[in-house]
Amino acid sequence: MSAPSDNAALGTATAALPLQLPITLTVNGSARQIQVASWTTLLDALREYLGLTGTKKGCDHGQCGACTVLVNGRRINSCLTLAVMKDGTEITTVEGLAAGEVLHPLQQAFIDHDAFQCGYCTPGQLCSAVGLIREGRAKTPDDIRELMSGNLCRCGAYPNIVAAIEQTLRAAKQGGAR
Amino acid sequence: MNPFSYTRAADVATAVREVAADGAAKFIAGGTNLIDLMKENVERPARLIDINRLPLAEIQPRDDGGLRLGALVTNTDVAYHEQVERRYPLVSKAILAGASAQLRNMATVGGNLMQRTRCCYFYDTATPCNKREPGTGCSAITGFNKNHAILGTSEHCIATHPSDLCVALAALEAVVRVTGPGGERTIPFADFHRLPGDTPHLDTNLRTDEIITAVDLPPNGFAEHYAYLKLRERTSYAFALVSVAAALEMDSDTIKEARLALGGVAHKPWREQQAEALLHGQSASRDNFRRAAEALLHGARGFGHNDFKIELAKRAVVRALGQAAASEGHL
Repeated sequence: MSAPSDNAALGTATAALPLQLPITLTVNGSARQIQVASWTTLLDALREYLGLTGTKKGCDHGQCGACTVLVNGRRINSCLTLAVMKDGTEITTVEGLAAGEVLHPLQQAFIDHDAFQCGYCTPGQLCSAVGLIREGRAKTPDDIRELMSGNLCRCGAYPNIVAAIEQTLRAAKQGGAR
Repeated sequence: MNPFSYTRAADVATAVREVAADGAAKFIAGGTNLIDLMKENVERPARLIDINRLPLAEIQPRDDGGLRLGALVTNTDVAYHEQVERRYPLVSKAILAGASAQLRNMATVGGNLMQRTRCCYFYDTATPCNKREPGTGCSAITGFNKNHAILGTSEHCIATHPSDLCVALAALEAVVRVTGPGGERTIPFADFHRLPGDTPHLDTNLRTDEIITAVDLPPNGFAEHYAYLKLRERTSYAFALVSVAAALEMDSDTIKEARLALGGVAHKPWREQQAEALLHGQSASRDNFRRAAEALLHGARGFGHNDFKIELAKRAVVRALGQAAASEGHL
C-alpha cells in the first residue's frame, strides 16, 4: 500500500505510531524485536514474523483454541489479540515447553495416552493444559473437561486428552512441581 | 481487517480526550469481541486506542460495603477473586458459565458490557442488518432466528445481548461508572443497555466520548440464595438460549426479596420488577415461582424458530428460583 492512501485511511491522529511498529516480545525465553503492522495478530506475528509455526491457525476467531499460547503465564487465544498490544510481554509457545530434548511432562503424557490423531489441535491443547495446571482450579475429570472446553479436537481425542492432563496433574501434585 | 492506526492511552483523561477528538477511533481492551468483528469487517475503526495500561485493573472494597470492579479486571480475575466468590457468587458463576478459560483470561469487565450481539446476520456483511447498517432492514425477523429475542423486540431488530456477566449485574443492581470530557457519572445497570426501538445501532447509553472505569457492586450480594442457570445447546462454551440469574433473601421459607434477570431473550438483560414483587412475602413454592415466571415473560413473542424460548424461559425461571431457595451459599 502506498503511504498517501494509508495516511488518508488512518486519519490524522497526532499521536499515531508509524505503520510498522517496533515491538519486543520475549518468546520462549529470548527477547525478539520485530516490526509489525498494527493489525498483525499475535498469532500471525509468531508464525510469520518469528517462524514459530507450532502455534496453529484453526478458526482464527477464538472458537477452536488451536492458537492458544501463554502470555505472562496465562493461556490466551493468540488470534484475538494484536501483537502490538503484547509489546513487552513474555510468551510461551509449544516450542518452548520442552527443555531441550526432554519433553514437558504433559507432552510425554499426551504420547503415553495417545492424546491426538491428526495433531493439529495439539499445540493449543498443550499450552492450554499447561495454563490449566498453573491455574490450579481443576480437581476432577469434569473440571478438566469444563476448563478445556476452549480447545476443540475434530478427531475426537478428548478422552485421551483428559487422561493425559489427569496424569500430569496427579504427578504435579505428588512431585510438587508443575 | 481494515488498516488502522494504534495508540496507547497513559491515563483516563488522555483516553477520553483522544476518543472524543476522533469519531473513527475505538478503545481496545481485551479485544476478544472487537478483533473478531474487525476480521469480519463489521467493525472498521480507523484507529484503536489501547487502554490496557490504564490503572483500572483493581478490585477494591467500597465505603458503602460494596465492591468496585475496575473496568480492566479480566473475567478470570473477577470470577476467582476471593471476595467475589464469597460475597457475590452469582457474579462468579455467571462469568464461569461463559466463554472459555482463554477468553476469560483476556476479556475485561468493561469489554463484557460493550460486547456486541452474536446475531448471525449482524456478523454477515452480505445481509441487511439495521444494527450494522441502519435502514437496511432486519434479516433475522423472517430468517433463522432460533437464538433471537422474545422480549423487548422492535420491527427493526430482534438481536440479543450475549453476556452472562451482565445478567448477574442486572439482578444485583450494579452501577456503571463512566468518565467523559465533563467528568464522571454513574449509570444504573438497568439503564446502561438499550432496547432496539428504532435505533438498534445503539447498544448502550454510553456516549461515544465516554469510557467505563468501573462497575460497582452494591453491598448485598445475595450470597446465600442465588442461582445462575444457563441453558444452551452444549454444556460448555456456548451462548445462552436462555439464562436466569435468580437471587433471594429468605426468612425461613418466606421470600423477603427477589431478583430475577434473564439472558438470551432480549437486547439487554431482562428484568421486570413487578414479577419480583409477586414473590415478596410469599413462600418458596413452585406455584409462586411459576406465577413470577409468567409475569416476567409477559408480552413475550416468538418469531418462528425461537418460539420455544418462551416456555423454556418460564421453566428455567422456576428451576432457578428453586435452586436459589434451596441453596445455602452453594449449589
